[in-house]
Amino acid sequence: MNIGTHGGSCGHSCCLRINNLTVTIGSQKILSNVNMHVHCGELVALIGPNGAGKSTLIKAILGQQEFEGVISFSAPGERNRKAKIGYVPQSPIFDPGDPVTVADLFACCMSKQPAFLGISKKMREKILCCMDRVNACDLIDKRVGTLSGGELQRVLLALALEPLPNILILDEPLSGVDVEGMQSLMDMLDQIRQEYDLSILMTTHDFSMLPTYANQVVLIEQKVISQGTPAEVLASNEFQDVFHRKGGV
Amino acid sequence: MSVWYALCDNLPFEMLHWDFMKNALLALIIMAPLFGLCSTMIVTGKMSFFSDALGHSAFTGIAIGSICGIAAPAWFSVIFAVVFALLFSYVKSRSNQTADTIIGVFSSGAVALGIFIATFGGGSFTKYNKYLIGDILSVTPAEIGSLAVVLACVILFWLFLNNRLTLSAVYPNLAASRGIPVEWTQAIFTTAIAVVVTLSISWVGLLILNSLLVLPGAAARNVAKNLRQYHLFSVLNALIAGLVGLTLSYIWGVSAGASIALVLTLIYGFSFLFRKVRM
Repeated sequence: MNIGTHGGSCGHSCCLRINNLTVTIGSQKILSNVNMHVHCGELVALIGPNGAGKSTLIKAILGQQEFEGVISFSAPGERNRKAKIGYVPQSPIFDPGDPVTVADLFACCMSKQPAFLGISKKMREKILCCMDRVNACDLIDKRVGTLSGGELQRVLLALALEPLPNILILDEPLSGVDVEGMQSLMDMLDQIRQEYDLSILMTTHDFSMLPTYANQVVLIEQKVISQGTPAEVLASNEFQDVFHRKGGV
Repeated sequence: MSVWYALCDNLPFEMLHWDFMKNALLALIIMAPLFGLCSTMIVTGKMSFFSDALGHSAFTGIAIGSICGIAAPAWFSVIFAVVFALLFSYVKSRSNQTADTIIGVFSSGAVALGIFIATFGGGSFTKYNKYLIGDILSVTPAEIGSLAVVLACVILFWLFLNNRLTLSAVYPNLAASRGIPVEWTQAIFTTAIAVVVTLSISWVGLLILNSLLVLPGAAARNVAKNLRQYHLFSVLNALIAGLVGLTLSYIWGVSAGASIALVLTLIYGFSFLFRKVRM
């Protein structure tokens, strides 16, 4: 599998190291001593059953959740860098009645000029440039509530890529997307990973795409219970124990 | 005001020969963008029921202010409504119950407290009728001045915060991931609505107020294709309803607030029909 120009080395901000991460909410320990490493240019899939702590781990990386331990974006011994993180949250269900177009959504995120006064030509061109990265220029004037699951994911992906991040994090990008859409989304992620030389961390419940697209799979249930290549993790006893079925689905 | 009076005197409308009608018209021209802008965000943020509850809290504040003998109960009421709005935001963010249940709790508690205080010791409720039905015709030039200041603040607020507010309302997760303090943004917005609601309550009235905060945006939403149209149509709806409603109330001698709300309901009906055709 092709890894970006940094070739999996970790001298750049696209490298994510998590050491001894523990998250406690109230009296409940959600994550305990999590250790993992996303190398530059890799696509890492985070899997686990519902309630395993995947979303909490992402929140901790994004700085939205307090934690004990270390999250760093540099090689050991180096000064910790700041990484730009692009985040695609779990697909929301937008109200189809909201008169908010894709262009409005981008303008609200990217511009200081109030979107309700209209979108300038310059901003529209900038938005089109972002949408072009995910081959979705034709969606710019559609209401966000009327987009299909696959279209919405592409729009959210385009939004996460502006400004271009070092690390792209996606929370369940494949949920609500049909099989064809999944394939095209994963192809697009693979292309983006190589073209823009960034690392990708994504959570998923769909394991069929992992052998083709993921460099590394991390299985968590409160703590990391298995990690390695997709073939290793999907064939592991831990995977079968957790999901009560044979690996490699 | 003298410029406005002179302008009205030159217009060929009989109703504008009266000073109280000139005042009411100017107040409505200021209130239209005020309600029109607030309405878009209330409807998008699914806060229609909340703005109604705020009206109740404002009424309670006025009742408390009157009983305590405070000279300007409206300003006491503003403080009460702001505290009410912030307390609601706090409880909502820390409770696992749905927003409509918490609004129900706050709304019934506020109105019960208002009636309790107003009728304490056998007091009469009649003097509070103007807050229930409202009377735009009694608005004074000083009050119009206050409304203009509130409008200026709301416009400034909208220019600086509208993008964040919209994003927090339609997609809070994305807003949070982009560093927007969603809870704070919404608390500031509810505070702004509390001020607008409380200052308008004596002219529009508690019963009509909510329709003015919901209907312009609701009707605009039926036909708008984007955020710009949404805000434009909402302000226009409030303005048209204000002018037509005031004229009808003069001709038929009925409550101006009720006329305005009825015209808005008709506008909503038309927008709904147009929406069906467009679909």
